[in-house]
Parts: sequence; structure tokens; C-alpha cells
Amino acid sequence: MPTHLPRNRAFDIPPGTMVTGKWHGKQYQIIKPLGSGGQGAVFLAHSERGRVALKFSTDQANIASEVNVLNKFSKVRGDSLGPSLYDVDDWTTGRGTFAFYAMEYIRGTPLLECVRVRGFEWAPIFILQLLKDLDKLHREGWVFGDLKPENLIVTGPPLKVRWLDVGGTTPMGRAIKEYTEFFDRGYWGMGTRKAEPSYDLFAVAMIMINLADMRRFEKGDDPKKQLLTYVMRHRKLAPFYDEIKGALTGAYPSAAAMRADLLNKTNGTIGSDDRITNRKTRTKKKKEWKGTVILACAVLFAYFMYVAIFMM
Amino acid sequence: MSKGHLRQILLITDGCSNKGEDPVAVATLAREQGIVVNVIGVVDDGKSALAGIQEVEDIAMAGGGISQIVRAKQLKQTVQMVTRQAMTQTIKSVINKELQHILGDDETIEDLPPEKRGQVMEVVDELGETVDLEVCILVDTSASMERKLPTVQEALLDLSISLNSRMGSNRFCLYTFPGKRKAADKILTWTPDMSSIHSVFSKLASGGVTPTGPALREAIMSFSKLAKRSRMDHADTFTEESGV
Repeated sequence: MPTHLPRNRAFDIPPGTMVTGKWHGKQYQIIKPLGSGGQGAVFLAHSERGRVALKFSTDQANIASEVNVLNKFSKVRGDSLGPSLYDVDDWTTGRGTFAFYAMEYIRGTPLLECVRVRGFEWAPIFILQLLKDLDKLHREGWVFGDLKPENLIVTGPPLKVRWLDVGGTTPMGRAIKEYTEFFDRGYWGMGTRKAEPSYDLFAVAMIMINLADMRRFEKGDDPKKQLLTYVMRHRKLAPFYDEIKGALTGAYPSAAAMRADLLNKTNGTIGSDDRITNRKTRTKKKKEWKGTVILACAVLFAYFMYVAIFMM
Repeated sequence: MSKGHLRQILLITDGCSNKGEDPVAVATLAREQGIVVNVIGVVDDGKSALAGIQEVEDIAMAGGGISQIVRAKQLKQTVQMVTRQAMTQTIKSVINKELQHILGDDETIEDLPPEKRGQVMEVVDELGETVDLEVCILVDTSASMERKLPTVQEALLDLSISLNSRMGSNRFCLYTFPGKRKAADKILTWTPDMSSIHSVFSKLASGGVTPTGPALREAIMSFSKLAKRSRMDHADTFTEESGV
């Protein structure tokens, strides 16, 4: 049976298309695409339960593995870590049969976008939330794997980070199969791709680095030194040097340990310190001050006019 | 998949073979012995097509493996993906055969309802994680490949990081072709760790001909050498034990 990898064939399902499951017969009407990856794509769709996210793939095995993960997730979930799974089925079309599953549609702002708008002072707060959920996941014997800003979304208010795509979640002790270079410990030559808590914590540190400047860069000749120097010299990251270093070098035994340190540090930096306050807010303040002066002048002027008129 | 081993040849090339026997025939021969042949064709960043594209596909098809044409930049992800997918495919085909024994007809994993399919995939994933893997890597080092060799080296190192994070054991060996005297030269003998390839790629001589077929034959031979070696290891431990 010859098999060629599908050649990045774009999933193109026009809005309005009705998708009917071959096995369970549920119907979905496509609203719009939400995103696509190497082997599949996610669409927003109407269903009998309201809006859902549909994930399609050319590789049925891939969908089956992801569904297994999502199923286990829903069993261990106290409060929702990832999206809930609703339905698994096949869709038969003229172009072939595609496996898909329907899951909860999580509405929110992508993490990068959210921090860009609200300022870096929010980054440690979101990371604290993330670490709490990771700790729960690790205690259940799972490792997230492909942890990156694209897989995280901020819902609310009240603002809360949630996981979008848990397809890379791997049982503890196995090999991580899905990863993104910038956030991958193996790429930076700083450890294996074995699923263990420290693998996720490395990615958490890289997310912080990414959030500081919204920038990703390539590795140099001495990646460890490169990363640590970058953090030390960075105005926004330097206050968290110890925590980031701990996560990058695998020094933290658990997400809870990293969270405790980061919480201490964050309590000390927020509010009391303008190191992490954006310049933008300062210029905004200046503008506000100007506004007040102009308003005061106007009131004074009006008062003089009033007095002058009254005197006459 | 005898005794829980998966055997693969990974051929990395950028063009058509022009010397010796037909590589498609040799790939067929490999498959007969339970060795899967995967082929990655590397194209230059400027060019869109590869002259030997058809041959790349034909060799993989004959060898029961996977083929992929990529630019040098994408090589790292591709090497990983192709090796993984070929493992899954081999395991699945074994399971499919079992399923056909039980269910009859042409029942395959894909014909099962999603719930059952999930259970089968769990077994496939489990096996992919724990099975022992032997990969003979065959790198084309003809003149046109020279600039791509650092990328190839990095991709192979990355592959060993990924595979060595699995629970199952791995063994790799590395051949380059054309060889100095033979069709292919052994650069690295069977080893669980590829980090030593740092030094080997620097001393390569790039030649003009591309004897893909004979090189594949060398790769097949490497597996019987490995089998012989592990049999000897066994014999050693046996005599030691009986000697006590």
C-alpha cells in the first residue's frame, strides 16, 4: 500500500457547507475557518448545541490519537483545562473521507495579542495561571508538549488563560511528537524530548521570552549562554531572571515550584515598580496632564469672562 | 516486524541515480526482507522541481515506505515526520493483517467506527513508543549535495534526539554514497547515539556519479551484519554463563 504524505493540501471548505457525520449522523454547517496546521484545519460551525469548533484531518490516525487524548482529558478534568469534546466522526465527500471531531468553541483573544494590547505586566499573571493548570495536568500523568502562545487564548473578563489545542498532550515518560522549534528544549540542545514536567516548564520560560518583545530568534553556537544573556540584558525579563533560568535549565521539579517563585517575584514587581510599565502609558499620562491644564485654563478664562460681564 | 524490531532505510538524495542496478528493484528486494525504504528528495531553494522526483516516489513505493520532496530548510521536520509515519504505517499494516484474519474481507482500521478506531490507535501509539527501531541512513554526497550537508547533519542529530526520547531502543548506522572504492562508504557503524556524526561529515569526498541502487544494496547488507553481531553478542553471554 503506497502512501505519500499529503502535500500540504489546503483544507478549503466554503462557508455554508453542510457536514454530516457518517457514523453518528450529526450535522454541522461551516461558518468560517479558524486556523490550519500541517495536516488539518479547524473551522467554526453551527450545530444542534450551538457554535462548535470542528477539526478535520487527512490523517485519520492523527485524529484518532487526538481524540484519545481529549477523552482522557474530559475524564480527569475538574475544571476545564482544555476544550470539551462533543463528537467524533468521518465526513465522506467527493474528494475522499476526512476524519473530524467537534469540540467546544472557546472565544477569546490570542495570548500574544492580549499582552501586546494590555502590556507586559500581564505576562507574569497569565504565566501564573498557566502554571497552575500545568501542575494539575502533570499530577494526572500528562505533559502538554506543544506549548506555545498560539495554543493559548485569553477568555473573560475576568481574564483567564485557556488551552486551545491539546493535540500534542503526551503521557508522562513517552516521546513528545509535536513541538515548535522556538519552544522546544531539544531544538535548543538543552535536553531530550521526553515527556516530563521540565519539558513544559522550558516552553513556559520561552513563552515569557516571546511575550517580552513578540520576537522569536534562531539559536546560535552556544544556545544556553545565548538565552540566559538575552534574559539578563532584557529590561522586561531581567526581574524574572532566576525563575526563567530555573525553567530553562530544568532546575524546577514541578510547575508548582516554579509558580511559587514566580508569585513571590511578581508580588514584588507589580505596581511598586515602573520598570515594567510601558512608555506608552507614560506619554498617555503626559497627555492627560496636558488635558487637565487646558481644561483648568478654560474654566479660569470663563470665570474671568463671567466676572468681567457681571461687573459691567 | 520480526521480534519486535522495525527496520528502515532512510535515503536522502537530490537526484537521479546514474550508475549500477535499478534502485527500484533493490528497494523491492529490501521490502521482501521486511526492511522499509523511505526516501527524502532535497531540492534547491530556487528550483521548484527535482529531476529525479519520479524515481524518489518509485523507490519508496517499491520499498513500502514514504517519500517526500522538500527544500533543505524543511529537512529537519521532514526526516522526523517520515521516520515516525513510516513506523506507524508498518505497525498499522501488521495490525490490519491481524484484523483481516479476525474480521475477514478487506476490513482495515479506517473502516472501523471512530470509537473502535481510537482503541486500535492507542495500541499503534503504544507500539510506536516501545518498539525497537533500526535505521540505516543513506546520504547522497554527490557534488550537488555538498552545500546541503550541514543541514542534513543537523536534521539527523535532531532525529536522534527525538527517537532517543522514546521508550524503545534505537540503532542507527550511516552510509554515504558514492563511496571511495565501493558504492557506499560506512561512516558510522550501528550505534544508539548519533552525536558522533558531528565530525564525520567534514571529511567527505564528493564525487560525480550517483549509484543509488548499489548503495541501497549496501544498506540492506548492513542489517544482516547487525543481526550477525547481535547473534554473536548472544553467543558471548551464553558461553560466559555456561562457563561459570
